Amino acid sequence: MKARTLITGVGMATPHGIGVADSWAATRAGKNAIGRITRFDPSPYPSRLAGEIRDFDPRDHLPDRLVRQTDRSSQLALTAAAHAFEDAGVRPADVPEYGGGVVTAAGFGGIEFGQNELRNLWSRGSRYVSVYQSFAWFHAATSGQISVRHELRGHAGVLVGDQAGGLDALAQARRRIRRGSRLIVSGGVDASLCSWGWAAHLATGQISAGEHPERSYLPFDRAADGHVPGEGGALLILEDERAAIERGADNVYCEIAGYASTFDPRPGDGREPGLRRAIELALADAALGPWEIDLVFADAAATARMDREEAEALIAVFGAFAVPVTAPKTAIGRLCGGGAPVDVVMAALAIREGLIPPTVHVEPSPEYDIDLVTTHPRPASVRTALVIARGHGGFNSAMVVRAVD
Amino acid sequence: MSQQEFTLQDLKRILLDGAGADESVDLDGDILDTDFEQLGYESLALLETGGRIEREYGVELHDEIFTDNPTPRALVAAVNAQLGRMASA
Amino acid sequence: MNRRAVITGVGVLAPGGTGVQNFWDLLTEGRTATRRITLFDAGSFRSRVAAEIDFDPAGHGLTPQEIQRMDRAAQFAVVGAREAIADSGLATVAFDPHRTGVSIGSGAGAVRRLDSEYRVVSDDGRLDLVDHAYASRHLYRQCVPSSFAVEVAWATGAEGPATVVSTGCTSGLDAVAHAADLIRDGTADVMITGATDAPISPITLASFDAIKATSTRNDEPRAASRPFDADRDGFVLGEGAAVFVLEELTGARDRGARIYAEIAGHATRSNGFHMTGLRPDGRELAEAITAALDEAHTSPEDVDYVSAHGSGTRQNDRHETAALKRGLGAHARRTPISSIKSMVGHSLGSVGSLEIAASVLAMRHHVVPPTANLHTPDPECDLDYVPITAREHRTDTVLTVASGFGGLQSAMVLSRPDGSAA
Repeated sequence: MKARTLITGVGMATPHGIGVADSWAATRAGKNAIGRITRFDPSPYPSRLAGEIRDFDPRDHLPDRLVRQTDRSSQLALTAAAHAFEDAGVRPADVPEYGGGVVTAAGFGGIEFGQNELRNLWSRGSRYVSVYQSFAWFHAATSGQISVRHELRGHAGVLVGDQAGGLDALAQARRRIRRGSRLIVSGGVDASLCSWGWAAHLATGQISAGEHPERSYLPFDRAADGHVPGEGGALLILEDERAAIERGADNVYCEIAGYASTFDPRPGDGREPGLRRAIELALADAALGPWEIDLVFADAAATARMDREEAEALIAVFGAFAVPVTAPKTAIGRLCGGGAPVDVVMAALAIREGLIPPTVHVEPSPEYDIDLVTTHPRPASVRTALVIARGHGGFNSAMVVRAVD
Repeated sequence: MSQQEFTLQDLKRILLDGAGADESVDLDGDILDTDFEQLGYESLALLETGGRIEREYGVELHDEIFTDNPTPRALVAAVNAQLGRMASA
Repeated sequence: MNRRAVITGVGVLAPGGTGVQNFWDLLTEGRTATRRITLFDAGSFRSRVAAEIDFDPAGHGLTPQEIQRMDRAAQFAVVGAREAIADSGLATVAFDPHRTGVSIGSGAGAVRRLDSEYRVVSDDGRLDLVDHAYASRHLYRQCVPSSFAVEVAWATGAEGPATVVSTGCTSGLDAVAHAADLIRDGTADVMITGATDAPISPITLASFDAIKATSTRNDEPRAASRPFDADRDGFVLGEGAAVFVLEELTGARDRGARIYAEIAGHATRSNGFHMTGLRPDGRELAEAITAALDEAHTSPEDVDYVSAHGSGTRQNDRHETAALKRGLGAHARRTPISSIKSMVGHSLGSVGSLEIAASVLAMRHHVVPPTANLHTPDPECDLDYVPITAREHRTDTVLTVASGFGGLQSAMVLSRPDGSAA
């Protein structure tokens, strides 16, 4: 029997705040964190809402020298990683030298840092480009900086799978733990709220043009018209069960019990998307039947096509109205590589607290036969939860977490 | 053309702008003869600092400038020597 | 059951000529493909040499829509994947798309498109708030390079797990390692894997100029990349892609596939020390080598050839020499070691896959490529770095290593599965 991979600590940086307590309190209360963009002037753009992390001063959390050489995405990730270690009650120095590692998902990399240096290059000349551009913008920067700061000398990984990448990163961490790593800090953070990143979001044609923060990101709603991007993410401490027992870990949330990922057929192919298969394979990996899943965190893309695909896959696997479905991300936006790790933390907290956080703002369309938990948190005994994440182009990932006795 | 002068204050300003400061170091203390490394500045921070001095003062610093001048006092003197050579050229 | 991952198809786009045969000819003849940069006017940069590919995407069968949609690096990946599939013979058998995945490495993503698109939407940096009306409708796929995996999946019909691995300069090993893991743990039976990078752009040059990491031997471009040589002065940027078909051994044998090599072991370690600096003793790279050899159930004495990282920076080549001595012990002095970056430059993430390709070709032909330009060995780089001339050498097991920013160190062991033709 394979050793289990446990979640023994979590750290978050989301539009609801820095730290798990703030994020969970706001999420369970259904508080909205989407608003008009303040990080740059959004008035020239057709979409002006985002889930921003307000009041984050990196110098409150990180040494000045480190702040100079990092993009905002890495600063948020470094902050969340430190919180995760604290939450787990483990000091990286106590992990055997090559036993601790880091695997993160990245979507945009250090895009804001990159925009500043591209501006220096083209408006002032190549000699004005920072030495830190050589690594601060690239997708490996966050994993690298976390490993340097916490002296984690074991495995290091970085995966890019758009919104699905966060689950893929956690799964790679689990795979490395099964092959001998003791502890891996894993998850993802994205921060693309600069005008350059915004132009990229707009290019997808999938960004809500809504003006009202509470009526703009509306998955499974008749008014669904694209999503609202957000920034942030989560880092989790994953540990080999034996290693966690050995050190006396006392904050075990749950285990990562199953995972799978698939890719959709080519556009226009006409065959069924890969999502149902991803869910079924993740359940099989967890050795659980559909009837044993207590809660689903939906991807909730909020376009008519994607919502229909997701609802159809859920109904095909679980049956109509057979399992509660939620998407708390309607309060914070879609976080790209950071989104799914936040949902996994929410799933872990739902298991611990016996409470399903709501999908705020949404009036479910009767078109979808799913039990969407809206408006108010719903008390429930949650032993298992499924997290779904889909990325631009056809990525489908699914992960099952399960309570640990 | 009159010679620009490069002072310790200029160096401190450029260090702070480009690389920031290590929390355990007081740049306002007596740092003239302290190695940059002990002040918390490694190779990258020094490359950034050298690049900024070059841009601001229009000088060319050779690749080994920080190896040959590992303290603020030595560096300030070396940069001024370079500025002097440019003014008299 | 013990599942094993083997390479059954290879596709290469490298400086000096596209295709596997041109690549191998260049390496075995010891020719260097480094030259003055022609992709744009690099006159104002400190380093103005690179190893470029003369690449005609339409000539490789890409449609105008594909060319418009894809960054050069994505184009390389698609062309490489098609060549690898053709080489493997997989296209002629019914393979299960659900059991076929994609793992593509890239260190710099779509940096060329990002650079050129930024100039347009910002009016050459004059606008702080970029003008989205001038943005290409493909801008998102340039910013988030998971699009590379999308393109390869579409090109090959893969519908299993797909991802991009972006661990900087170790991406080319790490992407293939990830693919091997998925085959070994039963997630996939076939993986289209490898790495691509096309980083030769103004922003890349400027960032490496700033840290003085690249060679300034601008007047002698062909001699600019000189790993392990006393006169080396930095790496030379390159570009390219190598893509492989990786299959589970039993399935590959059942269909009578040609088997190049097994991915027998791999490991990644971080130095947990500095984003660009290396500890001189090479401990973490040595540890990665030891872990990869352990996973392959191989001892240092079995290593017939080492494909070095050998970037040609002052720091790397000494660090690597120390790491090889530490990781291989006395055998480090007996085994031939070379850096193909002397010929094809350093294409950041993709070069690790080009080095895997060189390694499997060395196993196929029992010839190890040389380190070009190595005329005056650095006394501190005192191993057998196969200077100048390729060497006939019995090669059944290869160690290939990579080292990158972020402190990442990766090692991979390639071996000949028992019973496969030598």
